[in-house]
Amino acid sequence: MGVMNALTTPSAAASVSFLLRIADGSLVLSQRLSEWCGHGPILEEDIALTNIALDLIGQARLLYTLAGAREGRGRDEDAFAYWRDEQEFTNPTLVELPNGDFGQSVLRTYLYTAYQLVLWQSLGASPDAELAAIAHKSAKETAYHCSHLAGWVIRLGDGSAESHQRLTRALDYLWPYTPELFTADAIDPQAAALESAWRATVAPVLAQATLTPPAASPFRATGKQGRHSEHMGYLLSEMQSLARAHPGAKW
Amino acid sequence: MSNTKEWPLWEVFVRPKAGLDHKHCGSVHAPDVELALQAARDVYTRRQEGVSIWVVRADQIVASDPAQKDALFDPMQDKIYRHPTFYQLPDDVNHI
Repeated sequence: MGVMNALTTPSAAASVSFLLRIADGSLVLSQRLSEWCGHGPILEEDIALTNIALDLIGQARLLYTLAGAREGRGRDEDAFAYWRDEQEFTNPTLVELPNGDFGQSVLRTYLYTAYQLVLWQSLGASPDAELAAIAHKSAKETAYHCSHLAGWVIRLGDGSAESHQRLTRALDYLWPYTPELFTADAIDPQAAALESAWRATVAPVLAQATLTPPAASPFRATGKQGRHSEHMGYLLSEMQSLARAHPGAKW
Repeated sequence: MSNTKEWPLWEVFVRPKAGLDHKHCGSVHAPDVELALQAARDVYTRRQEGVSIWVVRADQIVASDPAQKDALFDPMQDKIYRHPTFYQLPDDVNHI
């Protein structure tokens, strides 16, 4: 049914720009999480975070491959990940911000994966059958990420005075970047529709963590438009340097 | 996360597939049951090793004393009649 729809109504297929945007969100967050590899507070959590990073790379690969096929210019997942420059990446700024301490990393990853949770749910019902299949697969792993990370947000937020203070600081820092997730534009006219579901997911966890989001601010991040924070260039240079130094290298 | 007090150790048992027994496969450190299960999932089922996980606090397991090994287990050495192969069945008995 979905396939027929996609064939008969071309507009039902997600645009390359939209696919790249959500793929970039997964890839860049994965890059940040993989920075924890070997540095986790405990071996078990080190593996947990890098497991999540690998799941995110898996999502990005599927989306890049689909985008490349739809674009029809012969670009594969590596071309998108390693051979585009900063302005061509359209991830929301939230995912490129520095890791900070463990609490900040966990909170940022929670806020974004909670967004992914509602995103996959909505895309799972998309008439675009290929994208819906990716969303179905990703929804399962994202549900686990979300519950694992929510557990940490609650433990640290409602933990010691020190951990509560750190999480409060992290939430003050990260929260102003969240409205960008729901800023609609020509590429994603439905973006705002996900906000209430996201808030309904996040609010009880923050409440249980005894954390209060700061008041809404007029600040809007612009990563989705390719205008990134000062941190993005460093992230990309680390992520892309090997592939660019040895083009076409294989394991 | 302070290092002054280490998290308790949990023994991990994984059931490889429905119908088989849970099998001991290692241990994890975790502050509580919930995180122990998640850590076990993340550490020991990365390659689809299981369909079910048990975790149990290591200090809750009562184990036999290795020093008593001889007393506990050697007396069974000469009781070969406890093995079914000890008994010769008549040729007419089938399906055993």
